Amino acid sequence: MITAGIDCGAKTVKVVILKDDKVIGKAIIPAGIDTKKASEEAFEEALKEAGIKKEDIDKIVATGAGRADQPFTKDSVTEVSADAKGINFLYPNVHTVIDVGAEESRAIRVDGKGMVMDFAVNEKCAAGSGAFIEAMARALEVTVEEIGPLSLQYKQEIAMNAQCAVFAESELVTLVHQQTPKPDMARAIHAGISDRIVSMARRAGLEPDIAVIGGVAKNPGFIDCLNKDLNTKVIVPDDPEFVGALGAAIAAKEI
Amino acid sequence: MAEQQQKEYWRWTESRWHNKDIDWKKADMITAGIDVGSVSSQAVIMVDGELYAYSNTRTGSNSPDSAIKAAKMALDGTGMSIDDIHYTVGTGYGRVNVPFANRAITEIACHARGANYMYGPTVRTVLDMGGQDCKAIHCDEKGKVTSFLMNDKCAAGTGRGMEVFADLLGVPITEVGDLSLQVDEEPEPVSSTCVVFAKSEASALLRAGWPKEKVLAAYCSAMAHRVVTLLEKINVEKDFAITGGIAKNKGVVVRLEKELGLKALEPRYDTQIAGALGGALFAMGLLRKQRAKK
Amino acid sequence: MIANYGYKDGSGDWFISIDTDKCAKCEDKPCVEACPRDMFYVFTDDWDDEVVGVVEEKRKKVKFECMPCTKLEVRPCVKACKPGAITFSF
Repeated sequence: MITAGIDCGAKTVKVVILKDDKVIGKAIIPAGIDTKKASEEAFEEALKEAGIKKEDIDKIVATGAGRADQPFTKDSVTEVSADAKGINFLYPNVHTVIDVGAEESRAIRVDGKGMVMDFAVNEKCAAGSGAFIEAMARALEVTVEEIGPLSLQYKQEIAMNAQCAVFAESELVTLVHQQTPKPDMARAIHAGISDRIVSMARRAGLEPDIAVIGGVAKNPGFIDCLNKDLNTKVIVPDDPEFVGALGAAIAAKEI
Repeated sequence: MAEQQQKEYWRWTESRWHNKDIDWKKADMITAGIDVGSVSSQAVIMVDGELYAYSNTRTGSNSPDSAIKAAKMALDGTGMSIDDIHYTVGTGYGRVNVPFANRAITEIACHARGANYMYGPTVRTVLDMGGQDCKAIHCDEKGKVTSFLMNDKCAAGTGRGMEVFADLLGVPITEVGDLSLQVDEEPEPVSSTCVVFAKSEASALLRAGWPKEKVLAAYCSAMAHRVVTLLEKINVEKDFAITGGIAKNKGVVVRLEKELGLKALEPRYDTQIAGALGGALFAMGLLRKQRAKK
Repeated sequence: MIANYGYKDGSGDWFISIDTDKCAKCEDKPCVEACPRDMFYVFTDDWDDEVVGVVEEKRKKVKFECMPCTKLEVRPCVKACKPGAITFSF
């Protein structure tokens, strides 16, 4: 059986094509201002990689904030459901999955079968998402890809008081005036968002093993802070941003 | 920092004033209130309980320096120096860092007291929209706080939130309010409360061809609504007064008044000095107590 | 005076309200000990009353710190407070 999952996120659209429990194609395209167009592009690319045609797919399920904007299917699952199924498929020993995306983040506690036990969501505040890191990277004049590794070179731990991305930017300006080294500021930024994510995750319950997915999981600075705050080593799957789409593809098998 | 060019739009002019008709050298009690906020700092000097001088400055990266700068600016041209002040109260976010302050008092208490002086004993509900916070205060006829609420976690409803928009649209912050009122029809408010997300929403609106006035109207509308929901948590009753920087933004004030169904009292002084003014008033009481002990 | 500690953000209103007139009458402030997250502390306010307030570091985390207690029948702090000075917006 061939199924596909499409995750329409705030920043990117992800597609995963699954054949008999094996991922045969995937693609990630920036959502831009036209989610419909982006999802069509992502689908095209994933099909090419899989070497199949759209007609070969038995079922498609969508997820993500923009799931109503894609033209392929009317079947959808919530991001919470998709994440739970996706992580359970990859790591059945994981009981807490933390998904940090571009504009939203969530923490989900699952049982051994991928059923959702409890969850917490942060969706209206930029400070608990990738948007925060993006804004801070801009303020420090580095790229989003650079800021993570940069933070690992910190010498001193400084605390940032601001909880809001807008205020944090002003706080950064003050730190720059005081000639704080960039790695230290980068570290403080990651420590701040990690603290917020952990606060949110506690609400859902932190049961090991803990996995982190979503685009921000690719940031080594963020993962390092999380490990420190959670006093453990979190599991980061390969291609962490695709777990949602993978979960949707798995949900498609169950329809 | 990558913001050199954009910085001009949020820049409002620093200002000062003093009453030339008062001869401070004959004064019995000279008190000062210094309000060091995260965005702006004010100094107010009172001579025998009368407003003598004040300044409104941008807070620098260092609180003690900002306090001194504000004080010196208020005293500029008066012949008075900081040493001539008998009692100083520090307030605001940087209140513990005012080097010459005799005591620190919270900005909640100071704003209520200051509003009572500025607007009179009929004021009951004070809304302070500051640089990085939003305070809703209910007080009695003496300016004593009976309930309050402060939101400083979130930029929505604060001066910084407004600055982000002024920057985005390339409109000087002092013109934002008036420009937002130049719309024929009130547009829907922006849907995101979060300034970061509202900014993306506004960019999309601009790309879709919305004129600046309309985007500003949508944002001011959202801001007014968010502030009203905060106000409704404390007892809202007349008379109603607005202090802080955003009181100068007609676009937000008009929409606020409409949603609340209450008109705000007309300010006679710079609305940003309310905190420092309250501090100077508290200083008088504390100075009297101090002298009585001797 | 009703002091509201907490915040409002995109997800809602998260405030702890303390009636300081009632709180000032209480001598031992058992709420401080009763709270499992160390949210409270005792201080002298601007009007020279000894009252309880929310610790500064926790003030902006009220939502997440207080969530576990929301699931209980009565929050430990509310239970401990004899004058009934503490209320929650959520």
